[in-house]
Amino acid sequence: MEDEQKNRRNFLKFGFLAAGLTAAGVALNKVASGDEGAEEKVKVLTADGRLAEVAKSKVESSESLSAASKHVRQGIPGRKFIMVIDLTRCKNARKCLEGCQKMHNFLPPVEWLKVKEMQDSELSGKYWFPQLCYQCDNPPCCKVCPVGATFKRSDGIVGIDNERCIGCKFCMAACPYSSRSFNYGNPKQVEYSKNHPLKSCHTMDPNMVGTVSKCDFCPDFGSKGILPACVRSCPNGVIFYGDENEDVVSNGEQVLRLKDLLVNNGGYRQFEVFGTKPRVYYLPPVNRLFPFKPDPVEHNQEE
Amino acid sequence: MEEPKKITNEAEAIQMLRQYNDDLLPRKFGIVGNTWTALLIIIFLTGVYCYTNQLRYGLSITGMRDFVFWGIYISNFVFFVAISLVGSLVTAVLYLLNIPWRAPLSRISEVIAVAAVIFAGLIIIVDMGRPERIVNMFLHGRIQSPIVWDVMVVTTYMTLSILLLYFPLLPGIAFCRDNLKGIPKWQKWMYNILSLGWKYSPEQYHIVKKAITILSVMIIPVALCIHTVTSWLFASTYRPGWDSTNFGAYFVSGAFVVGAGGVIAGMAVLRKFYPSYKTYLTDLHFDRMGKLLVLLTVVYAYFSINEYLIPAYKMKGEEAEHLHELFTGYYAPLFWSVQFFGMVLPIIVLLFKKGRKPIPMFIMAVLVVVGAWFKRYLIVIPTMSYLPIQEIPEAWKHYAPTFQEWAITLGSLAGALLIITFFVRFFPIISVWEVAEERGVSHETIYKHLNEGNEK
Repeated sequence: MEDEQKNRRNFLKFGFLAAGLTAAGVALNKVASGDEGAEEKVKVLTADGRLAEVAKSKVESSESLSAASKHVRQGIPGRKFIMVIDLTRCKNARKCLEGCQKMHNFLPPVEWLKVKEMQDSELSGKYWFPQLCYQCDNPPCCKVCPVGATFKRSDGIVGIDNERCIGCKFCMAACPYSSRSFNYGNPKQVEYSKNHPLKSCHTMDPNMVGTVSKCDFCPDFGSKGILPACVRSCPNGVIFYGDENEDVVSNGEQVLRLKDLLVNNGGYRQFEVFGTKPRVYYLPPVNRLFPFKPDPVEHNQEE
Repeated sequence: MEEPKKITNEAEAIQMLRQYNDDLLPRKFGIVGNTWTALLIIIFLTGVYCYTNQLRYGLSITGMRDFVFWGIYISNFVFFVAISLVGSLVTAVLYLLNIPWRAPLSRISEVIAVAAVIFAGLIIIVDMGRPERIVNMFLHGRIQSPIVWDVMVVTTYMTLSILLLYFPLLPGIAFCRDNLKGIPKWQKWMYNILSLGWKYSPEQYHIVKKAITILSVMIIPVALCIHTVTSWLFASTYRPGWDSTNFGAYFVSGAFVVGAGGVIAGMAVLRKFYPSYKTYLTDLHFDRMGKLLVLLTVVYAYFSINEYLIPAYKMKGEEAEHLHELFTGYYAPLFWSVQFFGMVLPIIVLLFKKGRKPIPMFIMAVLVVVGAWFKRYLIVIPTMSYLPIQEIPEAWKHYAPTFQEWAITLGSLAGALLIITFFVRFFPIISVWEVAEERGVSHETIYKHLNEGNEK
């Protein structure tokens, strides 16, 4: 018994020694390699507008977030993505939703972004209303998901894990905006998905039959400072995309201060009464740039 | 109509037990029974075949689309859950209340409950886009989700219901084991295994009685939970027609109605095809079940009025659109037929003594059950059909189930009926010892009689 204990103590002593030596070795190695200056430098823009050169390891690269790792569930640190849709500028060009479909590899009539004809009351005028997933801060969809396949990230995005989704469609029932789509396995879509593998997508793979998908706010672009497909495709600069923390949104032509834009133009969110706290704001359709014209083409008549 | 007199004399009791056993042993089906079974098997297998298609091609074979994303699979699920509540009503509530005529009905209602709850569990899997990922419910299950609650209560209810069917059945299985002659080997073997060495001893009866009492107390809250949680799948959303605080009570009260209807229909069918059952499923039973059905339907009517009248009084926004569709629009013919034939007419007919005879009761029960199925359709589908959306294919807004979807749904209904049919074929559907006990025959007498029978 005593021998055994002694043995164990010796073993532990040896273990600590070995661990200490290893740590020291690693540290030495690091110092040595640092002296050689082998590390790659990158240029970054500092907060006060100067260009600086720093070691690459000091910069948190957004590319490290691209894998289907747990980062996908956590979101991009320090970001709070937000969108402002200026209803005065929309004329139903439908380029946004076409860009979205192309970007995410899905075919009509599935639309993650819909442009609806709206009329709030009998006497008020008609206008076009682009609608997508609002990435709510109090998302009813995430609340009801039985397996946590849809989740809220720290950067405000509501994501879907298509590898986990069981296809119960409860989130579609819970969403009061009907902004979710289900991949029913439409043969044309299946064929198309096969020929067009998704190039890059952080949160979801809409090509997975039997699962739910929706607008994901293009976080892989957002993290690189590129605007989402819908914003880039819009010819009239209707959609502004940005970061609430930076207080800046852009539609690709203009870069505006978020707070000023919302405060001065009466920004509002749809169905505030539900308490879902959407991350998409609308600017009311006053003094519209284009007179309302009914769409001459009937879209999506084919199933 | 009076309840049959209690038996006090032992000789008389043994005489009666003999008669019971002759009358109530399961028998081979005749031509009608065989045709019925074959028909059910064909419908069931068609459903299974269509489901393999669904597994291959996804839910695109159904009529569901992005806006109407829950179809007849879900309304059928609600129907199954609803009808399964009858097990707890007749077997547990009437049992605990010591209702003197419930014994011959308890097994009929319990087998309906078990069949329905099994297919409720299956049909909800059919609705899933990724059924093979059901294991995620256990790996990643979130207690916050009403679906997880539903899975928990449905499995609990299924377990309790199966036990509540099985325990009182033990003496029956043992009796089949000892007394059915000329049966195939596998059947004998099945009885042998399932009877768990039952010896008809008073101690065994005592244990079973105790178990039934415990299960009856347990199953009532679970039964209320199972349908309340099912209603919450809808009530926890923001949609017009579903967003209602009345939904739990409304669903539970409706469930008891359809369950009682199911039992009455079952009683009438058994009486028709097994003439000897007339002594057990008497006019008295129909009369009492008729009165019970009126009571349940009146309670249901109360909650229905709450459900429709108050929103209709306010007529707010989307809710108004939904109600217009139900009251005067596209769904109006179905809505009013369901209300009239499934609720008003049964109340009126069953209020009269002549209406509580087996034949009118059977017709009313069928109306109630069929009406309840379509009522579930009206609860689930219209809510999703009318949204202010443009440029969406008509098929996305107006849901029409496809042939394969109907086949799968009918297959599930046929499957549930098959369970009941096979049960009737192989097990005593009326519990001899419970009926005897109801007539005042003691367990000692039963023991004596059956051991005497075995010695012969």
